[in-house]
Amino acid sequence: MSALTQLRAAAAAAAMWALCSGVAFAQTTIEFIQWWEPEMLAGSLRRIMDDFEKANPDIKVTLVSGPYATTHDQIVVGAASGTLSDVVGLDGSWVNGLAKQGAITSLDALMDQTHYDRSQIADIVKVDGHAVMLPLATFVYPLFVNLDIAHQAGVDAVPTDRSAFAAAAKKMTDAGKNQYGWVLPLSLQNPGGIQNDVMSWVWASGQSMLKDGKPDLETPAITDTFTFLKSLQAAGVISPGIFAKREQEKVEEFANGRVGMMIDSLAHINLIRQRNPNLKFGISAIPAVDGFTSKRGLPYAAWGIGIADDSQHKAEAWKLVQYLMSPEVNGRLVSLANAFPGNKNAKPDFSKTDPLFAEAFKIYQTGYLANQFTGLPVAEDLMREMTIELQKMFDGRQSAQAAAANTQKQWLMDFSKN
Amino acid sequence: MTKVLDPSLLPQASLWSRSWLSHRRKRQCVPWLYVAPATLLFTALMLFPMVTVLRYSLMDGAIAKKDSSFVGIRNYLEVVADPIFWQAAAQTLYFTVVSVIFHLVIGLAFAQLLNSDRVDPAIRGVLRVLFILPWLYTAVIIAIIWRLLLDPNGVVNSVLMTLHIIDFKVEWFSSPGTALQAVTFANIWAGYPLYMVSLLAALQGISKELYEAAELDGANSIQSFVHITVPQLMPVIVSIALLDFIWTLQVFPLVWMTTGGGPIHATEMLSTYTYKLAFSSYKFSLASASAVLILAMSMSVTLVYIKYQKAR
Repeated sequence: MSALTQLRAAAAAAAMWALCSGVAFAQTTIEFIQWWEPEMLAGSLRRIMDDFEKANPDIKVTLVSGPYATTHDQIVVGAASGTLSDVVGLDGSWVNGLAKQGAITSLDALMDQTHYDRSQIADIVKVDGHAVMLPLATFVYPLFVNLDIAHQAGVDAVPTDRSAFAAAAKKMTDAGKNQYGWVLPLSLQNPGGIQNDVMSWVWASGQSMLKDGKPDLETPAITDTFTFLKSLQAAGVISPGIFAKREQEKVEEFANGRVGMMIDSLAHINLIRQRNPNLKFGISAIPAVDGFTSKRGLPYAAWGIGIADDSQHKAEAWKLVQYLMSPEVNGRLVSLANAFPGNKNAKPDFSKTDPLFAEAFKIYQTGYLANQFTGLPVAEDLMREMTIELQKMFDGRQSAQAAAANTQKQWLMDFSKN
Repeated sequence: MTKVLDPSLLPQASLWSRSWLSHRRKRQCVPWLYVAPATLLFTALMLFPMVTVLRYSLMDGAIAKKDSSFVGIRNYLEVVADPIFWQAAAQTLYFTVVSVIFHLVIGLAFAQLLNSDRVDPAIRGVLRVLFILPWLYTAVIIAIIWRLLLDPNGVVNSVLMTLHIIDFKVEWFSSPGTALQAVTFANIWAGYPLYMVSLLAALQGISKELYEAAELDGANSIQSFVHITVPQLMPVIVSIALLDFIWTLQVFPLVWMTTGGGPIHATEMLSTYTYKLAFSSYKFSLASASAVLILAMSMSVTLVYIKYQKAR
C-alpha cells in the first residue's frame, strides 16, 4: 500500500470516527452565569452540575462565575450584545430592568409545556404579569447581637421593639473604646443598605413603602422610621462613617467586636465565625414599632434564576432550572449555601450547619418574607435616590419628612418613565 | 536593447512584464500588510466601540429597548440640562487640575532628591524603591489602603488625634466637606511616581557643564533651578502633564471604590455619573451621550498634546 493510500485510509477512518462519535455523543452545551459559585464551598456548585449532567447526558453545563458586583454588568452587556448565557442568576432588584430590556424570557410557556407545578415555588417573581424569576435560595436578614457587648453593657434581653433597641444601642456605645451600638452602611457604591438596613425597619413592623404598586413614602410608617434612624444618629450610637460604609465593612466591624448590633444576611454567619471564632453572638427578628404584635416582615435577598430570551436552548435551560428547583436538589443547594429554600417542599439539612441557622429557620417560619424592591423598575436607582436623601437628612440639610417627600417625588418620576 | 524589440521575443517580454507587474503589485501590498494587524485591532477595539457609543447617544432607549429609534441630539440636551452633570464636570476638573499640579510638584521634588549627589547612593536606592511603590498598586488596592487609613477609626485620625491636631474623628470619605479632598489626595499619592521616574530620567540627561557654567557666573541654586533645570525639563513636563490630564479626567475605579460618587454627589465625577446612568438607571442612551461629551473633552486636550508634539 502506497503512502498516499495509507494517508487516504487514515483520513477516511478519522472522518467516520468523528461522524459516529458526533452522532453517539451529540451534546448541547448551556451556559449558566451566576455569582454563587465563589460564595459557596469550592466545587460544590460544580458537583451539582455534574449530577445534572449525569441525569441528562445530552446536556453539558458551563458555569460562568464572578463576583456579585460585576455579574449584573455582565448580564446587561451580554443581553445587549446577544451573548448572554442561557441560564441567568438573578437578584430581585435587577429583574424589572432585565425583563424590560428583553434580556430574560417569560417562563410561563415553559412551565405550561412541562405542566410544572407552580404551587411548590415559594414566590414566583413576575414583571407585567409574566413569570421571569424563580427564587432558588433565600437569605433572610435578622438582627445580629454581640452577646458579650450586650452582657457587659447590661442589656439582658434582645430588643424586640424600637424603644428597646435605641436603649440597648445607647448602652452598648462607648465611643472612647471605638464601640458603637449599631452600624448603618449607606454608601452610594452599593445602595443595598436601603433595603437591608433602612426599609427592613418598615417591613419588620408589617408596614409598606408601596400602595397599589406605586411609591407611598409620605406616610407615618416611613417618616417615623426616618425620624427613628435620625434619632439614633443624633444619640451617637451609630458607628461613624455611615456615608462611605458598605456591607463588607459593616460585617467586619461586627466581627471585630466594634458594634453591638447589625442587620445582616444569614449567609455571613460562617464568615463571622471565620473572622472571629471567639465572638459570641445571637440573632433575632428585627425590632418592630412599639406595641406591634402581628407577623413581622423579614427582609431577604434571593438567588433567583431565569432564562435568557435569546437562548437557543430554552428547553435544556428549563431542564436545569427545574432540576435546581426540585425539592431534593433545592434542599441540598440551600443547605450548602446556608439559605432557605425556594421550593416549599424542600427540606434543608441544618444538622451539619451552625445552630444559629436552626434558630433563624424558626424566625423565618414565624414571619413572612418582605422585600418590596424585588421586581420594581430601576430598583437600584430607587435605592440610590433614597440613599442620597437620607444622607442629606443625616447631614442636617433636611428633615425626615422632606427626605420622604423628595424621595417620593423622584420615585414617582422613575415609575412614570419605566 | 535591440533584442527586446525583436518580435520573436515579444511573448517572453509580455510574460516578464506581467510577472514584473505582479511583483510590483505585491510590493505595493506589503506596506498594507504591515499595517493591517494594527488597523484591524484599531477598528475592532477602538473605532467600532466609539462608533457604537456615538450611535447609541443618538437613539432613544438604546440597549434597554428593542425598538429604539433615532432621536438626534435629544440625549445630549437632556444630559447638559442635568445640574448633577455640571456638578460632576466641575468636580472632575478640580480633581484633575489639583492632581496634575501635585503630581508634578511631588514628582519633581522626589526626582531632584533622587538625583542629588548630596544624598548617599545607598539611601537613594532605598528611597527610589519606596517612592515608586504607589505606582505598583492597582486602583483597587489603593482604594482599600486609603479606605483603611482614612477610616474614622483609622491610622490617620489616630495619629492626628495623638498629635492634638484634631480633637474628633474626621470622616474623611464620609463627610461631604472632606470627601473630594480625600479622594484627590489618594489619587495624588497614586500618580506622582510616573512624574518622578520621567523627570528623574530627564534630570540625568541635563549636562553638568550647564550648572558649572552657571556657578562660575555666580548663580545660586534657585537661579540654576529656574534658569537651567526647569527649561531643560519643560518638554517632558508638558508632555507628561497633558497625558496625566487626559488620564485623570477619566479616573473611575479609585473614586468608585472609595466613595461611589458620594456622599450626596460630593465626589461625583463624569465617569461615575456616566456609569450610574448606564448600570443603575439603565439609561444607556444618556450614558452614551455623557460618554461622548467626556470623549470630546479628552479629545480637545489630546489635540493640544498632538499640536505640542508636532511643534517640537
